[in-house]
Amino acid sequence: MSNHAVNIAHKHRDDIGARMGMWLFLFTELLLFGGLFLIYAVYRHEYIAQFRVAAMELNTTIGALNTIILLTSSLTVALSIAALQKGNRMLSILLLIMTNILAFAFMINKYFEWSSKIHHGIYPGSEHLLNLPNGQILFYGLYYIMTGLHGLHVIIGLVFLTTVLAFIITGSVNKDNYVKLENAGLYWHLVDLIWIFLFPLFYLIQ
Amino acid sequence: MANGTIAISEKSFFEEGTTKQASGILSWLLSTDHKRIGIMYLFAIAIFFFTGAILGVLMRLELIAPGRTIMDAQTYNTIFTLHGVIMIFLFIVPGIPAVFGNFFLPLQLGAKDVAFPRLNLLSFWIYLVGAILVLISLFVKGGPIDTGWTFYMPYSVRTTTNVSLAIFAAFVLGFSSILTGLNFVTTVHRLRAPGMTFFKMPLFVWSTYATAWIQIIATPVIGITILLVMLERYFGVGIFDPALGGDPILFQHMFWIYSHPAVYIMILPAMGVVSEIIPTFARRTIFGYRAIAMSSLAIAFIGYLVWAHHMFTSGMSDTAAIIFSFLTFLVALPSAIKVFNWVATLYKGSIDPQPPFLWVMNFIFLFTIGGLTGLVLGTLVTNIHVHDTYFVVAHFHYVMFGGTGTIFFAALYYWFPKMSGKMYNLKLAKINAALFFIAFNTLYFPKFILGYMGMPRRYYDYLPEFADLQLISTIGSWIMLLTIILIFYNFVSAMINGKKAEANPWGGVTLEWHIPSPPPLENFDEIPTVTHEPYDFSQLKTMKYIPKGESYE
Repeated sequence: MSNHAVNIAHKHRDDIGARMGMWLFLFTELLLFGGLFLIYAVYRHEYIAQFRVAAMELNTTIGALNTIILLTSSLTVALSIAALQKGNRMLSILLLIMTNILAFAFMINKYFEWSSKIHHGIYPGSEHLLNLPNGQILFYGLYYIMTGLHGLHVIIGLVFLTTVLAFIITGSVNKDNYVKLENAGLYWHLVDLIWIFLFPLFYLIQ
Repeated sequence: MANGTIAISEKSFFEEGTTKQASGILSWLLSTDHKRIGIMYLFAIAIFFFTGAILGVLMRLELIAPGRTIMDAQTYNTIFTLHGVIMIFLFIVPGIPAVFGNFFLPLQLGAKDVAFPRLNLLSFWIYLVGAILVLISLFVKGGPIDTGWTFYMPYSVRTTTNVSLAIFAAFVLGFSSILTGLNFVTTVHRLRAPGMTFFKMPLFVWSTYATAWIQIIATPVIGITILLVMLERYFGVGIFDPALGGDPILFQHMFWIYSHPAVYIMILPAMGVVSEIIPTFARRTIFGYRAIAMSSLAIAFIGYLVWAHHMFTSGMSDTAAIIFSFLTFLVALPSAIKVFNWVATLYKGSIDPQPPFLWVMNFIFLFTIGGLTGLVLGTLVTNIHVHDTYFVVAHFHYVMFGGTGTIFFAALYYWFPKMSGKMYNLKLAKINAALFFIAFNTLYFPKFILGYMGMPRRYYDYLPEFADLQLISTIGSWIMLLTIILIFYNFVSAMINGKKAEANPWGGVTLEWHIPSPPPLENFDEIPTVTHEPYDFSQLKTMKYIPKGESYE
């Protein structure tokens, strides 16, 4: 029976299945944000002028910087996968660590951005915000919810990538079995992708 | 299905687990075996169903006469909310996919387990955490949620009860639903036995597959919607609060974009079970196999496009209302395709009226009433008359309880011998089916009339002219409670001292009837090769387990 069990454990590995599961999960994540994009569209349509005024307040430089950081991190994670596939374990580890550092940098930027807004009294429920017209309240409400939820996903992605990093170091994710790294990479690309939509919606359209 | 060639190991999954512990509670709680997980779901869901039913009986008791009877208005509000939350999120939505999908999807596909066994266990635990959160929300400060299970804005922001905790529980349960869904989709795509093409899959698999897609696609939308309600309560963001420029109608749209497809999460697996039971007891291949399979997908698809029929009186544009009314009619077509095909299967069949079959007959009767009154609600003019009255309450109880609930029992009666290896009391089961029919119609039919007369739903008190029908309905709830207790009694006593079940007591031919009852840990020692259509009864002759006293020449 034990012999049999080993045989089964071996058979249970299904890379295509694992990838398919990840894609389906990413699909649900897209729909989660899709609901928010829908709400954004509705209110932008309703309060077009006030959204424009509120959007002027956001710091485009920090936003652009974060976009560059996140895009670069997507590149490093993709290179890390390629490196592992080619058997270059050290390079893969290095690139993955770089991805993590970039993700950290993103969150630090976000922290400064949010805290300066909060410092100016712009946060949900604040007295300053409640005195602004409705469209601006909604804009900032959506800003905090959408970038906040995205930030949460960055943190989840960080945990995911670090876990896989540990697996690469211990050797259970390796040249012949890298589907976990691929899936972490897919997740990270999704985080990047969502930001690519958030950036113009909040910072650029004015 | 190369019959008789499937080699079988000696021990059943009851005796042999996937964990290090061979026995004890942990060998169940940590098991990644889809069969054990299915049975754990069954236990949990049975407990929640019973809780929900008791709450329902309490509500009916309050409504036995006008004025205050046993509770005050606020308690009544919390009880109908909890009845809804428990029945919808903890019983009907997960019910058939989580219990029977988990247990029988791999068996019917000829697989050893689902695609992600550990994820499957995680789904179960997330489900339990969600359920426990619902229970905690009853007792912490603020009191149980009183918004109704739809959490409509802006009341759900204003009320001081534990809305946040209860909807967070719903969010957590949604996670469980998504993970189960993606597990099932991957299983169907990756783990079909050799020879099992898509059009050789049993119809229960088809309907579970369609359901899994709805779970994946619809659930995130309600996830984000209720998350927004929470944020709104904690931080006053204003997305749905009209005082801050938000739009409460938008909440209704977002809510029903999920919750209407969710209605099909509830009913599709039930329809799949019916498509299994009818051929087995008519000894005839199912009529219109492809039409039934495709209609599952059609229902899943059209189900997305009808959500706003919940909002005909909320202030949408007339054009939108007309379009949604039309789309709502459209969804009746694939449902009717199924019903007509079932009836056509029975025509000239050699019908063996065993308990599962009787429950299916209950289903067809009750579901047809539920479906036809759905057309009354989908039609704009009549909708405006009966909107948010007891007519709606009656309609969705006929569809959900008369549809999905009935089939939950039918599935249990059909597959219990396979799951437990024990046989229940057939005579009592038949009496139960009849009693259920009487109880159900006594309990819910008066509500159609009440609604037509103008009794609004969710009201604590009513005018004296409604008293007689309310009394009849309350009496019905007692018969229903008795029926449910008898059903529980039948299964529990079968578990304790039922006689051993045959491997194939009903003469079914799908793959699960090719292995012993209860199945061994790995289901099939050797993965079967499928050569027959799923409901080809000619293979009964050559099957390894032929039911006693039957010959098929």
